[in-house]
Amino acid sequence: MTTVQDIHPRIGRTAARRSALRRVLTAREISIVFALAVLVAVTAGVRPAFVHSQSIRDILLGAAIVAVLAVGQTVVMITRSVDLSVGSILGLSAYAAGTVLSDHPGLPVVLALVLGMAVGACCGVINGLLVRFGNVPALVVTLGTLYMFRGVAYLWADGEQIYADELPGGFLKLGTASLLGVPYLVVIALIVMVVVGVVLRNYPVGRQLYAMGSSPPGARLAGIPVGRRLLGAFVVSGTLAGLAGVLFAARFGTIDASAGNGYELNVVAAAVVGGVAVAGGVGTVWGAALGALLLTTISSALAVLNINQFWQQAIVGALILLAIGIDRLIALRVAAALKKEGSNVR
Amino acid sequence: MPPDSTGPLLHVHNVSKSFGVVAAVRDVSIPVYAGEAHALVGENGAGKSTIVKMLAGVHRPDTGSIDLAGRPLDLRSPADARAAGIAVIYQEPTLFPDLSVAENIAMTRPPRGRFGMIDRHRAARTAADLFARLGVEIDPARPARGLSIADQQIVEIAKALSMDTRVLVMDEPTAALTSVEVERLFAVARSLLEQGTAIVFISHRFEEITALCARVTVMRDGQHVSTDLMADLDVDEIVRRMVGRDLSALHPQRTAAPGEVMLQVEGLGRDGVFEDVSFTVRSGEIVALAGLVGSGRSEVVQAVFGVDRRDRGTVRVGGQRLRPNSPRAAMSAGLALVPEDRRLQGLVMDASIQRNVTLPRAGSLARVGLLLGGAERRSAEEWATRLQTKYHRLSDAVSTLSGGNQQKVVLAKWLATMPRVLIIDEPTRGIDVGTKAEVHRLISGLATDGVAVVVVSSELPEVLSLADRVLVMREGRLVRELDRDEATEESVMFAAVGQGPQPAATAESASTATSEPAPELEVSR
Repeated sequence: MTTVQDIHPRIGRTAARRSALRRVLTAREISIVFALAVLVAVTAGVRPAFVHSQSIRDILLGAAIVAVLAVGQTVVMITRSVDLSVGSILGLSAYAAGTVLSDHPGLPVVLALVLGMAVGACCGVINGLLVRFGNVPALVVTLGTLYMFRGVAYLWADGEQIYADELPGGFLKLGTASLLGVPYLVVIALIVMVVVGVVLRNYPVGRQLYAMGSSPPGARLAGIPVGRRLLGAFVVSGTLAGLAGVLFAARFGTIDASAGNGYELNVVAAAVVGGVAVAGGVGTVWGAALGALLLTTISSALAVLNINQFWQQAIVGALILLAIGIDRLIALRVAAALKKEGSNVR
Repeated sequence: MPPDSTGPLLHVHNVSKSFGVVAAVRDVSIPVYAGEAHALVGENGAGKSTIVKMLAGVHRPDTGSIDLAGRPLDLRSPADARAAGIAVIYQEPTLFPDLSVAENIAMTRPPRGRFGMIDRHRAARTAADLFARLGVEIDPARPARGLSIADQQIVEIAKALSMDTRVLVMDEPTAALTSVEVERLFAVARSLLEQGTAIVFISHRFEEITALCARVTVMRDGQHVSTDLMADLDVDEIVRRMVGRDLSALHPQRTAAPGEVMLQVEGLGRDGVFEDVSFTVRSGEIVALAGLVGSGRSEVVQAVFGVDRRDRGTVRVGGQRLRPNSPRAAMSAGLALVPEDRRLQGLVMDASIQRNVTLPRAGSLARVGLLLGGAERRSAEEWATRLQTKYHRLSDAVSTLSGGNQQKVVLAKWLATMPRVLIIDEPTRGIDVGTKAEVHRLISGLATDGVAVVVVSSELPEVLSLADRVLVMREGRLVRELDRDEATEESVMFAAVGQGPQPAATAESASTATSEPAPELEVSR
């Protein structure tokens, strides 16, 4: 018995055709890696400093936080929902962790992580309950809670800021130190990816989430507890946003109530660029995380190349359109290929 | 009714169910015995699907109970029904297009391996075994997206087989299957019966019901009409009970007086699909386009209407050449096409009945560019009444209607454009006997009013009873033209398969009246 194998199930007898099909299906991850390589090569060619360890480190740290959020967003998006409140949850959690740690500097770092995740989980429960019982689309609910959670953070902060020197050194180390050369933040992000990735791919709960996004009425008829699963997806997304909040606090040290403002759109963009379908049923956490890495690298490269940072938004926009365009193209190709294959019972 | 020594395995007991003010099912009882297939028949809208949904745990009965092996079941959800051993195969497959076929089959109870993970290999093997048992070749690893309806239905059946199914409910599983596939399905069903499974079978094809079922329950207008042993009834009697009237009234007779040529198709061709298709249709005439599935019938009419590309040839309506590939031009020339797949091509399922009926004429009904409710409603009401459509409110979504009534809405939509040429692709697919007769009468009536009608149909009895002339297609070519007197089931079939006499094609033609499906044979492209 094998456990984790390739992204798509074992190839059958007509291996050649099937593997061609598979290549098309996995093209997204490959093309992002390719785009990343080109981007880094070109930027490094113009400004060799770009590949110095410090700037690579910065990119990885930034990407790690967005990737954690994008993984949570993937869980929600494959069910054909969306969670727009993650940026606000991040802010709330970051401020909560900062406040508690500056008041009790002796607190172990792990507890800070747990605290942030608990704050995020509560927000996720609110989102999930509203979506499940309010009978309102997730887009609207989380747009509302985006402002609500942010408002709570502003009320709580009351204009105050938390500075790095108020935070215990052990906590700030989380944001700077490395494990065998890999920054802790990246290690944590990788752990999150592996755990969520394996659950989505190899556990019934994960497949049920894909099923819900793939065919909502079908999921109901198949006896999947749709309401509970959806609530669960929002709790996961909220919890991960809470975790990202603590990581944010550890990395930057200086926290005010506006932390993570506007992150939600970056996160959705990362997921979409990474091949997570807005219509649900399709996408992997790996793709979403790669999308986060690509977007972070782009903004970093533009800074290094002295290109006006306003270009960044235009480029991200173009990337999203490109991603959607490619999706459409692939969908058409795959549909044609499957149709040819589909005539085996006639 | 004669109970066996043991009681029924599944007993639907005096159940009623209302939706708002509409009583869908009133006081219906159905005893289903282990090892026996029980047919549930009735016209569309008779309440069969509601019964199915109650068995599936989707709806809960308002009154009455559903007993399994003598104990009342409380089915609050589809999961409860599954757990009780009731598997349902719906008319419309409910697969997850983005997941693999094996995953679809394993969705409710996936095999677990190490750390409780899904054992993908075992799931794939199970799927492969099930397909071997069903005698089909579907790759378990491929996604469900892109499977033909028949293949999807097979996957649904495999899904039901993969569980401990005590009661298998099949809601028109054969509607989209070829006769070979139906035979295969029945072989599987029989082996399940031998193992003591009870089957509830819903179909509009009587020869399937007589072939498989031991008992039959007839429903009409949500009420229980009768439950009998199959052996005690003949098809005519069943039909009479279903429709509440005599069969002889179901065949329209019409004396045709064709007028001038309305539709003239010359040398129509599309690479690799059909070639050199020429025919004419006069006003007041009904011409049927017959042939096997895949012979290019639908493609031809779609090219005539302009929704499909045509590479060669001309189409004239009332003597005027039609611009190719433009349904708009076709519509303004007085052409109307009622498509084969009404859900996909004919209706906006979530829009209201009146909106659907008036859709192609929204422009002409509007006042100063505004589509006001009054004109829309009045026009829709007129047509809905003329077609005797059963509906609750004109503002209800079309998706709330039964299949037959949806078809009437599609018809109303196009008839209301007052076409000079009406093309209908499979006018009565999935429609029960009574509604079918109404649709036939309607088509005949239109021809009498001077409309030129082209009917594409797989059902030979339909072709023969409706058409003044039958055009037979084979492998993309028009191979035969038969007049009403020449056209028999034999002559049409011979032309369609391109061979001499074939006993299999005609063997059962004597027994059934209106709902015999066309024998569908293998076509290689």
